[in-house]
Order: sequence, then structure tokens, then C-alpha cells
Amino acid sequence: MVTDGPASTDDEVLGKAYDARLMRRLLQFMYPHRVSIGRAFAAIVGLSVLQLAPPYLTKIAIDAHIATGELDGLDGLAMVFVVVLVLSYVLEYVQTYTLQVTGQRIIFDLRMRINAHLQRLDLSFYDRNPVGRLMTRVTTDVDTLNELFASGVVSVFRDIFMLIGIAVVLFIMDWRLAIVALSVLPLIALVTQWFRTHARESYRQVRGLIAQINAFLQENITGMSTVQLFRREARQFEQFDGINTAHRDATVASIFYYAVFYPAIEVLGALAVAAILWFGGAWTLQGSLELGSLVAFVLYSQRFFRPISDLSEKFNILQSAMASSERIFALLDTPVAIESPPPAVAASPEGPGHIRFEHVWFAYRDEHYVLEDVTFEVAPGQRVGIVGATGAGKTTLINLLMRFYEVSRGRITIDGVDIRNMPLSALRSRFGLVLQDVYLFSGTVSDNVRLGNDQISDEDVGRAVAGVHADHFIDALPDGLSSPVAERGATFSTGQRQLLSFARALAYQPDVLVLDEATSSVDTETEQLIQDALHVLMADRTTIAIAHRLSTVQDMDTILLFHKARLREQGSHQELLAQRGLYHTLYQLQYQEQEAGPVVAESAEAV
Amino acid sequence: MSPFARLRPHVLRYRGQFAVGLVCLGLATFFSLLGPWVLRYAIDDLTADVTRAKLGRYAGGLLALALAGGVFRFLMRRIIVGVSRAIEYDLRNVFFGHVQRLPLAYFHANRTGDLMSRATNDLNAVRMMVGPAIMYMANTGMVFVVSVGLMLSIDPVLTVAALLPLPLVSVAVKRFGSAIYRQSERIQAQLATLSAVVQESLAGVRVVRAYGREAVETARFRRENQEYLERNGALIRLQALFFPSLGFILGLASLLVLWLGARHVIEGRITVGQFVQFNAYLVMLSWPMIAFGFVTNLFQRGLAAWRRMLDVLDAVPAIVDAETESDAATGGVAPIRGRLEFRNLSFAYNGHPVLDGVSATVEPGQTLALVGPTGSGKSTLISLLPRLFDPPRGTVFIDEQDILDLPILTLRRAIAVAPQEPFLFSQTVAENVLFGADGAEGVDLAETTERAMAIARLDKDLADFPQGADTGVGERGVTLSGGQKQRASLARALVADPRILLLDDVLSAVDAFTEDEILRALRDETGSRTCVIVSHRVSTVRHANLILVLDAGRVVERGTHDELLAHDGRYAGLHRKQLLEQALEGA
Repeated sequence: MVTDGPASTDDEVLGKAYDARLMRRLLQFMYPHRVSIGRAFAAIVGLSVLQLAPPYLTKIAIDAHIATGELDGLDGLAMVFVVVLVLSYVLEYVQTYTLQVTGQRIIFDLRMRINAHLQRLDLSFYDRNPVGRLMTRVTTDVDTLNELFASGVVSVFRDIFMLIGIAVVLFIMDWRLAIVALSVLPLIALVTQWFRTHARESYRQVRGLIAQINAFLQENITGMSTVQLFRREARQFEQFDGINTAHRDATVASIFYYAVFYPAIEVLGALAVAAILWFGGAWTLQGSLELGSLVAFVLYSQRFFRPISDLSEKFNILQSAMASSERIFALLDTPVAIESPPPAVAASPEGPGHIRFEHVWFAYRDEHYVLEDVTFEVAPGQRVGIVGATGAGKTTLINLLMRFYEVSRGRITIDGVDIRNMPLSALRSRFGLVLQDVYLFSGTVSDNVRLGNDQISDEDVGRAVAGVHADHFIDALPDGLSSPVAERGATFSTGQRQLLSFARALAYQPDVLVLDEATSSVDTETEQLIQDALHVLMADRTTIAIAHRLSTVQDMDTILLFHKARLREQGSHQELLAQRGLYHTLYQLQYQEQEAGPVVAESAEAV
Repeated sequence: MSPFARLRPHVLRYRGQFAVGLVCLGLATFFSLLGPWVLRYAIDDLTADVTRAKLGRYAGGLLALALAGGVFRFLMRRIIVGVSRAIEYDLRNVFFGHVQRLPLAYFHANRTGDLMSRATNDLNAVRMMVGPAIMYMANTGMVFVVSVGLMLSIDPVLTVAALLPLPLVSVAVKRFGSAIYRQSERIQAQLATLSAVVQESLAGVRVVRAYGREAVETARFRRENQEYLERNGALIRLQALFFPSLGFILGLASLLVLWLGARHVIEGRITVGQFVQFNAYLVMLSWPMIAFGFVTNLFQRGLAAWRRMLDVLDAVPAIVDAETESDAATGGVAPIRGRLEFRNLSFAYNGHPVLDGVSATVEPGQTLALVGPTGSGKSTLISLLPRLFDPPRGTVFIDEQDILDLPILTLRRAIAVAPQEPFLFSQTVAENVLFGADGAEGVDLAETTERAMAIARLDKDLADFPQGADTGVGERGVTLSGGQKQRASLARALVADPRILLLDDVLSAVDAFTEDEILRALRDETGSRTCVIVSHRVSTVRHANLILVLDAGRVVERGTHDELLAHDGRYAGLHRKQLLEQALEGA
């Protein structure tokens, strides 16, 4: 589940190392690449066989040449050895390259899938999930899976093939001695089991403590000024030292298991060699075993135990990969709440574009309604201003109209068609949205006007920029329209960003202009530019403008006043003033504001 | 001083344990190298004639050697890796202790995530360098020297033959190693680009949706993702060529040993047993050869990580006391009475002027109020008093002493701040309030806490909390409302029992009625306490001894409530506006 909990808890969850359900879903991602995976596996099998050869060649050298003193054929044996080496090299290259590149392709597909899903999820999902956490899904979690492909799976299969191969060869050479050599296996299984249980438990503990260290650092670095102001440095340090000590002790405890495990496997290996020597030696003396075979057994047993310790190490990788894939699949399983209707139901309004809100209710959560029973209409070409105090639900109207959120009750129609029956792209392309917090992408100035729409030519961009008077400052840039925009447009002033967003809206030539007016104060010169640009934008176009300053809506056709989630007053500026109601009070308030200067400006809006 | 020299004292503290660890490592190597020796005699005896009992002794000998080697290997790992954990622990404390002393401006310039990464990921890389890397390095060196020595004693010609291909290993490690390193850097850079693309398209999700830019974003993501795939492909090709080449070179060595060794046995220069022994040493050499590249990598990464940690450790605590802290601790400074004075104070932050010629005097026990729009410099003025930022010399005085000359601990002990957006810790309500307590001489903490919470009117809320004052507030106090957070922070400041109380718009999210209650309780309680209050509300500041109206860092109006109303300027306008707002609120 993608939950609302703090991000650090993500790290503390350590699931099973193997989960059939998750594995099946991962396999689905592997299926399209089955041919390459098959090729890699063939290479692994071939490689395992080849790696069994050197000890066997040694056995032949001893039995056929050294024991007999026969030098003929030794050169041939050496040639075989050379061929084995070259083939091993080639197969290992094929195997490593194919498997890892395939792994990367799978990761590529997975990333595309996650990204595609994120592009479809509705905005309420983004309210619940901070961007930072989503980023972790796309980068860190996917990379953990990558690790699984890069080192985990590959060597696990290789190790297993090696073990099987060695066992088979031993039995073929001498089944009695094979049983002797492999009789240590149950002991190895016991030791490995002991190690796995404890190492896993202590790994979990260490991970938990790392998460605690992270959480503590996060909190104390962000709140450092509070700590410093209350002179709590020493006491916070003590707390930190406590967690740090616990972490050190837990890691030192975990060293114990590793420190026991590796030597234990080596001792068991030595036990196997001793047993081979004891039994095999006796059989050699009896003449029922060749000396070369005995030596080969000793050499094989050295190779036998390394894969086992490798396998145990791969366990942790597998475990964290499972935890990561669990989180990734939870994200992919998050249902998309707002989607285009199926083509069969899809309707498109055939008319001039008459917008109606019919008894619309909306709550972001539970029963806290920010809009209650709102009904109004916007005729084609009409210019509507929306005013009200903070929290009156003004911005929500836009969110609902563009279907960023779904109405809780009631409906919104365009020419009588419920917007829920319109394809999302058709609905949204009707509107040109200008937000108060202008979001610029990295790229060039003209990229930011065009926003990737190829239908908009360079001339269109130039015209739009000139139309909103943004050409003055853009021409002053070193590369004009091709000048780069830094992340989030950090190099532009607020006013300049605003003008760019106007140019964006103008270039798209939308049927309806939707403005969420900026509150940030700009200098009077820019303010004048912005006002002029607004007039260009609104010309001959249905306009819905959320205004924080009444001065901008005074000449609108209709003004809607929202107060405490409800539409309270409606009419032209003069009509509303004459009513002497809320609008009148609001007007006086802003009149005061102008009188008093900027002192009170800040109690205006911060939506 | 070089980064290595800076690290040395932290490592040398444990030189005794390192020495013991290395001795264990030597013994472990010694015992494991003896194994093939036993094997040799066993096999030679088998080619001649041997008794069952003798065979048993060989088998037992092998086992005993393995056991002895195992014990020392166990000790080696425990000691050396254990020491690396101890060093990690030391360094983490040093790091955090230093971070605690850094000024506020440092945290504005550096992201939290970055600092955290240095305290965890980078520190771990440093630990790998001082522990496992040293262990592998010593092991590699020892195994190499001793087994080559033993091989030479068996058959010098064969040894030369076996070692002939080995220089190729270091050539391969060097060549591929640096190429792999460069390619890994390119991959990391591309990962950063990829993340930036995701970050941007997620953060700008409203614009993306409104302008139907999903497909463009997907295409952009695909492009960067593709580039990432390709860069990875290049690395994989390098690795796929590199790793088998190690096996190939070692294979060549064992081929030479087999081909030449067999001849030497037949010619009677060495025995079969020696031949097997020789082979066993060659196998033992293969791991150190591979480990060599791995260890080089650990050192490179560790050193880079240590440099990044040093960046932070080298950051100077900007606020340095004119006197030593110990003076303050011994009480060498007269207690602060609480007289504040600003003398023609001008202050710029990051080159932007924030305050311009501010002058005011507040006598002990008086209240100063600051009013003005966002960005007018109110909060900055307040943050200069506890020296979160240092004012210019000769501008800010407490008890007629320049605050730059007051020991910082004395100064901060006399001052408590309740900010507009308080930072609460993810502990209980009570713990957060107690955060302000000095934990000193015979003060009844429970009672102090209770009184502070009563004044801040937090007591009313406690009844609604599941565990009262012992309810956790969640990360940054998420489970509390804005007003509750502000009042908790006010209580925290009161618990500190400061001579000077700074309230930075601390009641902005508190309703008017509660605010009134709090203000009244505060007036009753403060008595001789000097207060500086920032607020937007006339109701909050009306009782102040002096009200300053700030605009763009300058004092534009000053006086008491009545004087300012009579003046009929901005303050009076604000007053009228708030009356209207109250009317609107009631509608």
C-alpha cells in the first residue's frame, strides 16, 4: 500500500525473501524477453559444464601421464584445456552481457510503466503522496530490483548449476567417494540455516536502527534552529549517541554471525577433504580408486563450497528486492479514479460552449464540504469574475471544471453534456489555465510556451509572446526564445513568469480562459504590462477569473461571490454594490487596503 | 592537511585492536597455507605405501589446521570489522556534533537530504575503507607473499611459469577499473537527470494535466530512460569483458602448471604430492587477485566519501563567541535584566537589505510590538536577538551591552522564541513543551509544564487528545492543528522562563477568543518579563508599550495604540480593516 505514513517506515518493512505472488508478477515483465533469457541460460549451462573440466583434466594428467610417465598426449590435453578456457571466456561474456542487458530492459519497461501510471493518477493521489516518496518508487526501488538482475539472480542460477554439475561428476567418477564427499551437506545445510535465520534477524534490526538514525537526523537538521535556540544541543546529542550506540552494537552483533559462518563453511570443506583422504586413501591403497580421481575429488571439493557461501549472501539482495517490488506493485495497483469514459459512452458537446454548475457539492475529504450546492452558468463569450475570502472554495471550482477532482454531488455540464462523459483530453483542451503559481519546465523559453505541442509553430509562439508583451524581456535574453529556462524558472522574476504563462495560454487559443490570479506583488510597470496582456487574452473569449483584488473584476460581465463554501451573491459590480451585502463590505475592505498601503496586503490570499 | 591525515587519528585510536586483528589474520593465513602441505605428504605416501593409521593422522591434521585457521579467521573478522563499526560510530558522533554547531544560514544553503546522505551513505563508504578494505588488503598481501614463497621453495621454474600471466591481471584491473569507474559516474549523472525529469513532471502535475502534456512528458522520460539504458549497456559490456578475463588469466596459469608440472613430476623434479600442493596454492592465489581490484575500488569510493564528509566538517560555525563558553558556565557574567536597544540597525541577508536604520529602546518588563507586511523585516529583527544571524557590531544591545559580546549560551538562556511556524518534534505534547526547560536546580518540571500549558490554553485541548499530554504529535506535529502547534510552541517558550520573550506572530492561527484569553494570562504572568510581539492583529498588539510599523525594513510609524490611532495613518487603516473583517466573519 502507498500510505500516508512517514517515508522512513518504508525502509523498516522487510518482507519475505520469496513471495510467489510477487514473483509471478515479476515474471510477467520477463516474459517479453524470454528469448534472450533462454540464450543466457543456455550459456550458463554450457559454462557450468566447462568449469567442471579443469579438475577432470588434472585427473587425466595424473592417471594417464604422471602415473605412467607417458608424455605423449599431454600436449593434446593442454590444447583441450586452451579450448575450454577460450570457450569459457566467450560463454561467460555472452551470459553476462545478455542477462544483464535484458535485466536493464526489464527495468526500463518497469520504469515506463510506473511513469505512465503516475501520469494517469488523479490529483487527489498527489495530495496524499509527496513527490519525494513517488520519486523513491521510480528511482531507488526500481534500482533495488535492478540489483537483483545485475548480481542476484544470475549468480544464484550459476551457483546452483555448478553444485549440481559437481555432484554429477563426482558420482560418475566414483559413487562411493561421492557419498563420502557429499555427506557433509546436511551439516552445511544446518549451518546455513542457522546463519540465515540470525543474519536476517540482525539485518532487520540494523535496518530498523538505520531508519531511526535517518529519522533523527532529518528531524534535527530541519529543526536545528529550535534546538539551538533552546540550547538543547547537548541533550539532543545524547539522544543521537543513544541511537548511534544501539546501531553500533547491533552491527557488531551481526558481525558475529558472518564471522562464524564463513570459517564454519571452510572447516566443513576441510572435513570433506579429510574424509576423502581417509576413505579414498584406503580405497586407493586397495587399488579400487585411481590416485588421479582422489586428487580430482579434492580439487572439486574446493570448488564446491564457495557457491554455498555466495548463495547465502544473495539472500539479502533477494529480500530487499521483494520489499521493493511489493511497493512498486502497490503503486501500479493504485486505481485511477478519474479516467476518460469508454469510447461507447463518450460524448462531445456540440454547441457554443455553455458551462453549467448544477447543485455541485465537493469535499476534499470526508464531509468537510468546500463547495455546497453551487449552481451557476457561464454563457459563451461571457466574462465571469469569482471573488471571496480564502477558503471560500474558489480554486476548487477550477479543479472541478477541469476534472482534476470529481464532484461529490451534482454535476457540471458543457452544452448539456456532463463533463464526466467527455474524453479528458477533449475537455481539458477547451481551457487555457493560468495559475497563480506559474510552473516553468526546464528547457527553452519557447518550449515553455509550446509545452510540447507540435501544432504550435515558431511564428505562433512569437505572436503569442508579442501579444502579451513578453517580447520585451525575452528579446533582452541572450538567445531570445531559445534561451534556456532553469529548473522552475528560477532566473525569471514573478512578473516575467506570469507573462510567460499568459503567452502559453494565448498560444493554445483555448475556447475558455481560466485565470487564477496572481497575488504576488510586482512593480507597477510590470503590473501595467500584465493588465494589458490580460485584456489581449480575454478578448472575444469566455473567461473565468478568480480574483483576489476586486479591481480586476470590476468590469466583468458577472461577478460571483463565494463565502463559506456557498455562492452568496451574483451580479455586475454596480448591482452588487447596490445590494450593500457582502460584496459591499469586501469592497470597503479593499478600499481600506489601498488607503492603508501594503500593511494589510498580506492578509489577502494564500491559496 | 590531506584527507588521509585527517582520518588517521580516528583510525589510530584503535591501533592496538588493529594490531591484534592483523596478527589473527596472519595466523589464519599461516594455518590455511599449511593445509596443502599436509595434503602433499598424504598423496606422496599414497603413491608409495601408507598405513591406515598414518592416513588417519593426515586427515586429522587437515581438520585441525582448518579448525585453527577458522578460529583465527573468526577473530580477525570480529576484531577488524568491529573496529570499523566503532570508527563509524565515532565519526557519526563527530559529524552530528559539528552539524549542531553550524549556523542557520548553513542549513539554508545545504539541503537536509544531502547532509543526511553524508552521515549515512558516505560514512558507510568510509567505514568500508577503514575496515573490510584494510582486512582484504592485508589478507591479499599476506596470502600472496607467503604462497608465492612456498611455491618457489617447491619448484622455482614452475612458479615463474605460473606467475607469468599474473601481471596481465593487474593490467586488466587497471585498464578496466578506470573505464568502469568513468562509466559508473556517467550512469550516476544520468540517473540524476532521470530523477530531475520525474521530479519536474510530478511537481508540475497540474500544468501537465491542464495542457494535456502527458504524452510529451512520457516521451521526455522515455528519452532519458533510454539514455540510461544505453549507458548501463556500455558498463555491462565492459564488465562482461572484464570479469571473464580474470578467470581466463588464472586458467592460463593453471594450464601452464598442469602442462609443465606434469613434465616435472615425470622427470622426477617434484613429487605428485608437491604437484597437488602447488595446484592448491594457485587456487588460493586466485581470490586475492580478484580482491585486488575490488579493494582498490573500496579505497577510491571511501576516500571520495571522506572528502564529502570533510566538506561539512570544515564548515565553520559562523557564530563564534567573543568570550569562551566556560565563562558563561561559571556564571562570570551578570544576569540579564532584559533591556533591549536597537541603534540605527541596518541588516542585509544574502546581499538583500532587510532592515534599514531601525532604532528603538525597550525597558525591562516592557512590551514592544512589530506590525507590517510580509517581508518588512519583522521576523529578521526578532531572529537577530538570539543571534540566529549576527547583526553588525554596535547595533543591538541587551542591558547596554553589545549582544556580540555576550556569551551565546548566556544570551540564549535569557531569550525564548515562539515562531509563527513552530517546529515540533515527533514526541509527546508534554515532551515538546518540556523541550524549553533547562532541566536545572529543583524546579518542579511537572508543575512548570502544567502552568505553561495553562497560559497557552493548551489545557483545553488536552482533554480531546487520546492520552492527554502524553499523546504523540507525529512528525513535525502533523496531528495537531495550526493553532495547537502555535500554542504548544508558546508553552515551550514559557517553560524556559526567559527574561526576554519573543513571540513571532505566534497566535496567527488561534481564534480571536482564545487569543484574548492567552494575552490576558500572559500579561498577568509576564510581569517583569520583556516581550517582543510580532502580529497582524491590532487586538494582539494594542496593549504594547511601543508599537513599530515596519515597511521594507524601515520604521514608518511608532507610538502606542492610542497615539497611532490619533495619527490616522497605516495603523489606523489596519484597525478599521480588521473591524470590517470581523463583520464579514460574522456574516
